[in-house]
Amino acid sequence: MTRTAGDTGTTAGPRRNMRRGPARVRGTGHPFARYVLRRVVTSLLLLVGVTLVTFVLTNLVPGDPVAASLGQRAAEDPAIVAQFRAEYGLDKPLVVQYVTYLGNLLHGNLGTSTTTHNAVSSDLAAAVPATLEIALGAIVLSVLIGVLFGTLAAYRRGKTTDHVLRVVSLAGLSVPTFWLALVLYYAFYFQLHIAPGSGRLSSDFNVPPTITGLYTVDALLAGQLDTFLDALSHLFLPVLVLTLYTVGLLTRFVRTAVLEILDQDYVRAARAKGLPTRTVVRAYVLRGASVPILTVVGLAFGSLLSGTVLVESVFSWPGIGSYAYQSASHLDLPGVMGVGLVIGATYLLVNLVVDILYGVIDPRVRLA
Amino acid sequence: MTRTPSGEVALDIRDLRIDLATAEGPRPIVNGLDLRVGRGSIHGLAGESGSGKTITALAVLGLLPASMSVSGSIVLGAAAAGGEPIELVGSSAAVLGGVRGRRVAMVFQDPSTSLHPQLAVGRQLTDHVRHHLGLREAEARARAAALLTRVHVPDAETALGKYPHQFSGGQRQRIAIAVALACGPDVLLADEPTTALDVTVQAGVLQLLRELVDDMGLSVLLVTHDLGVMSSVADEVTVMRAGAVVESGPRSQLFTAPRHEYTKSLLAALPGSTFEEDPAELAAELVAGHEAPAVPTVLPDGNDAPQERDDV
Repeated sequence: MTRTAGDTGTTAGPRRNMRRGPARVRGTGHPFARYVLRRVVTSLLLLVGVTLVTFVLTNLVPGDPVAASLGQRAAEDPAIVAQFRAEYGLDKPLVVQYVTYLGNLLHGNLGTSTTTHNAVSSDLAAAVPATLEIALGAIVLSVLIGVLFGTLAAYRRGKTTDHVLRVVSLAGLSVPTFWLALVLYYAFYFQLHIAPGSGRLSSDFNVPPTITGLYTVDALLAGQLDTFLDALSHLFLPVLVLTLYTVGLLTRFVRTAVLEILDQDYVRAARAKGLPTRTVVRAYVLRGASVPILTVVGLAFGSLLSGTVLVESVFSWPGIGSYAYQSASHLDLPGVMGVGLVIGATYLLVNLVVDILYGVIDPRVRLA
Repeated sequence: MTRTPSGEVALDIRDLRIDLATAEGPRPIVNGLDLRVGRGSIHGLAGESGSGKTITALAVLGLLPASMSVSGSIVLGAAAAGGEPIELVGSSAAVLGGVRGRRVAMVFQDPSTSLHPQLAVGRQLTDHVRHHLGLREAEARARAAALLTRVHVPDAETALGKYPHQFSGGQRQRIAIAVALACGPDVLLADEPTTALDVTVQAGVLQLLRELVDDMGLSVLLVTHDLGVMSSVADEVTVMRAGAVVESGPRSQLFTAPRHEYTKSLLAALPGSTFEEDPAELAAELVAGHEAPAVPTVLPDGNDAPQERDDV
């Protein structure tokens, strides 16, 4: 599509080509492929930064993991402490510890949890899908409802619909997540007996064969419809709690974004073409608002992840939030670092996906 | 270059009044406008920013903001193919939906904002054609390619797959004109179609408008503040100020023998104007007209016209 340096470089000698090597790499290929490649490389560099930050922060916390792990009597015995430090490499300089840590990371070794005595990697492998299941459910629902509400509020600006939706979104934003979780749990489980109890599945169901780790998806893949429905009913309350907040956020933001787009010439032009309103909204207005909406969905996903810590404690959901709370309260350094790494990596991944989607939805980014 | 319109009226605006609802009560924006666009001719609507020109064009399409109310009459003449004239003021959404884009189309000031930056040119050229005329995608695309060729956009087939930002400003405005013409409308509302363009490409776009009128029998309401533009293409000219008509007539008369002081001041305000010494000489210069400079927005006697945003 674009003319590359190589196209015109036929007369250049090998030395010249070698000198222009990097420029040729940048200039070759489809512009969007280059864009994606650049974003991926940036994300990987940032990931190294994340490992450094989690490592340093974890080692700066004012708490002695030795004391936390060994118990008081053992911690008073210098020989045992020294043996513990040597065993976990805590007697080496921080830089050496970091390099060892990085080397282990590359082999997928995140250390052993001092709380569960399992490999942190296998603990996380079990916890991440649990969190992902509620987080994905909440973000998908929030985007659908938030875009609908926000667009409706913008079109009915200043009318009753707009006011009602404003109250709904404000309520969603203002109600504390943990309080809402407790109230809904009390109302739907203890009083109304509609919702199932805590956890991901009722006790009389077996965990479906693990493929994705998402119980609903795995149950469907295994053809276990009743397991699927049970997993779905357990998802309902945690997802609802997380969705309310994010819907509030998205409704307000989408309303603003759509109002701004409604004032654009191209929307006036689309109406002047005589297109029906639903076409104007879908093809012109929402497409125009998609870039700012995408940005805020990425941010909302971040706030949603932090919301899961509280929600998971209330519903005894065995996800990253519960694991983070458990490791932090036991000064389980490998566990804490593992969680930090996973959350940091998730943010990076979400940002990477958002950046790539910018290119997908906006040709000015893709073809620049 | 002078042209005799057929006598038929394509667009007949009578006693048009547009009020803006404000906290202090209605404020008139257009105040009893009378204007007739003859079939197969270009009618220029001149006046400085805020005089109500753009609002008038939007009123024809029934696209005014909810805060504005319209009274008077806007009659769309019978289609070339036959049929009854249609009163547009106060007509139903269904009637307006059938008129917009199909019978009356609009070209906006700045093609970099009036074309959707995220939609391919081909899509923007065909979606209303498919809606109004019920064509299949392949038919609509073939029609779109022919139209692009007609407005002198080179390599039409490739152009359909491109996005607006991949074209120059002049090409973009040609594409916007093609979008407007796609359903074969009778009337084209052109709102400052050359203002956002480089001076070097303005003449080409105006020449294209003239071609379309002469070849296709299109009727154009050309809204502009630029008397230079007016003098080079308009058959008839109406000068507006503060929502009312100041003077109206054939171009030659208006430029050679303006009757109203305001029209004279507009002509005199052209920089380098020799109008006050010799009106005929200036007029000849303008009518021969190439790149006459724009009228400055500050007028000699000042004015308190209601301020409207020109892009409303």
